[in-house]
Amino acid sequence: MLVKLTKSRVAGVAAATMLAAGTAQAEVEIEYWQYFFDARVAAMEQLIENFESANPDIKVTMTHFPYADYRTKVAAAIPAGEGPDVVQLFYGWLNDYVAAELIQPLPNDAFPPSMIEDEFFPMVGAMREGDNYWALPTAVRSLALFYNKTLFDEAGIGGPPETLDELIETAKMLTKTDAAGNLTQVGITAGMNAQDHHWFREVLVRQFGGEPYLDDYRTVNYNSEAGIAAAGFYTGLVNEHKVSAFGFMDEPQAAFKAGRAGMHIDGSFRIGSLNKTRGLKWGVTELPANSDGMRSNYSSYWVNAITTKAEGEKYDAAVKFMQYVTSDEAMQVWLDVVGELPAKPSVGLTEANANDEVFGPFIRGLAYANTTKFANESAQRQLLIDMVQRIDIEGQAVADSIAIAAEAEQELLNEYYK
Amino acid sequence: MYDRLSIRQKQIVWAWAFLAVPILFYVVIRFYPTANAMVISFQNWNLLGDRTWAGWANYAKLWNDPVFWKVFRNTFAYLLIGTPVSLVISFVIAYHLDRLRFMHGFLRMLYFLPFMTTAVAMAWVWRWFYQPVPIGLFNNFLATTGIPQVEFLRSTTLALPAILAPAVWAGLGFQIIIFMAGLRAIPRSYYEAARIDGVSTWTILWEITIPLLRPTIVFIVVFSSIGFLRIFDHVYNMTTNDPGGPLNSTKPLVLMIYQSAFTDFNMGYAAAQTVVLFLILLIVSLVQLRILRDN
Repeated sequence: MLVKLTKSRVAGVAAATMLAAGTAQAEVEIEYWQYFFDARVAAMEQLIENFESANPDIKVTMTHFPYADYRTKVAAAIPAGEGPDVVQLFYGWLNDYVAAELIQPLPNDAFPPSMIEDEFFPMVGAMREGDNYWALPTAVRSLALFYNKTLFDEAGIGGPPETLDELIETAKMLTKTDAAGNLTQVGITAGMNAQDHHWFREVLVRQFGGEPYLDDYRTVNYNSEAGIAAAGFYTGLVNEHKVSAFGFMDEPQAAFKAGRAGMHIDGSFRIGSLNKTRGLKWGVTELPANSDGMRSNYSSYWVNAITTKAEGEKYDAAVKFMQYVTSDEAMQVWLDVVGELPAKPSVGLTEANANDEVFGPFIRGLAYANTTKFANESAQRQLLIDMVQRIDIEGQAVADSIAIAAEAEQELLNEYYK
Repeated sequence: MYDRLSIRQKQIVWAWAFLAVPILFYVVIRFYPTANAMVISFQNWNLLGDRTWAGWANYAKLWNDPVFWKVFRNTFAYLLIGTPVSLVISFVIAYHLDRLRFMHGFLRMLYFLPFMTTAVAMAWVWRWFYQPVPIGLFNNFLATTGIPQVEFLRSTTLALPAILAPAVWAGLGFQIIIFMAGLRAIPRSYYEAARIDGVSTWTILWEITIPLLRPTIVFIVVFSSIGFLRIFDHVYNMTTNDPGGPLNSTKPLVLMIYQSAFTDFNMGYAAAQTVVLFLILLIVSLVQLRILRDN
């Protein structure tokens, strides 16, 4: 299923006119690939149009695929000399793409590392390897605490919790059970399968005084007192305070959408689907701080990079295109069309954006966010899912369960980085 | 050249010409990928980079992987529970349905319907049946009667049978139709002779019906065994939040292969598991054919 959006007819006429006029200017055509997501495709179409009118000698063709086939197609196409000159990839795939020689470093004259480090949010530093940056994002995502305004009013709660202690107290007021003692409404959703594994790694472990990983995310470090306290807090929501249940209503976001959960931690990408949920009155606030007022967040992003296929004039065109899609203008378009947050504080932290009722909490969260360097995100998430299952289903002690998870994750990282 | 061939030779030429099409198809679609998978099982490949030779490393990893052995046991649990249970239920239904005249066609249609339903849709409906209060059908019923709710899918012991149940149900329709065809194929005269001799119904069942159904039983056992050994759709769709979970208690071999290949992108390891699955299927089928055919 390959969908091509070419403006070849327009371009053809333009080329013909130019030839006729005798001012033949060689037109460079470059190809851009991303995975299919409605709003992202619409935003990119707009960016390509702007870019082409500013650079009439360059034509950009966008191709997009369903997410499930994306990696396979990219992997097959580039080594065969087909496929994109500029490609979109998840930040966590960078190592694989570099190792497989699918992408080339961004040139230092057009993208000086010192400039990137000054202008972009700090987590973009993960895209640097050696003296160069290899890829740059247009937009980033972070986590925040969504809350159901109707349920808050019903329970007579003034506003969303500011600290972890308040979180538990608020959740208690929002929890409802039936006569048999089964939960029918949870104070806060819980499930490592959703975004909670990021909340645990980058937020809770740090808030309980720990450092989840050392050595540039190559050494697991959450098997510590802080990690045990964080895991105890997290599973305590279910076992001790009984304000939540794992697997309640199948999926955390389903429970929140159905109005059966008072609070829910999720990413900025959830905004769109919550807006489409009829009858749901929701608000969003920053993730709660610990008792010392310390906050943390997790941020992730998709990046664009120049592939090894781009050479000569196509390479120059690709560099220009990369410069445009990482410009302030492109970031504002991306925020307006997709709802994803700008990757530069100069755009994100404008008065209007940072105080926006919906985007504000996410953008403020970016300032103190951390980005996990995953070797295999789904496998690493699975280890935390299993950690919680052992505690919840098998009644294993938190310290024992976290030790097993940490050991397994270290093994996975060792194998990846060997 | 062609003209000088004899009629018999011409027939052979034409036979080969027609056979060449399916042979070519099988070589390209089946045999080449199968052989390729066996080669990949001795390599390291993450889909992006080059393939490098790994020797027996993938098989050694498999041997030392506790998850693999857990999955191995699960796979046989699906087989050893699923096959006899579905065989007995489908035979009992077919046996009685065969004697029923009233609404026979309608009932047969009802039993066959699940077989035509897509596994994905069925798995999701059952997944919601099994949910805890407030959305699960079974648990809502239990809650109204005051019985504590059962965590069907969040239990390391109950989840596997809970997932197996709809898989058995889905296959019943097909097995019932095959059994009924088998029952109809038994000559009436045997039953008439037995009845004249005054033999009990039970004896007729044991001495005539079941022995004469042997070919049907062999077919169904082999067919459903292969089906249960390859179970995937039901498990994956009922546990997408934690595929094969909780704690790998429901993960069959095919799901482990899928995850190794398409979430871990470890093609060599996935291919090694595929070769093991191939050998299991081969051995199980050969053993069944032998046991059920001989004596």
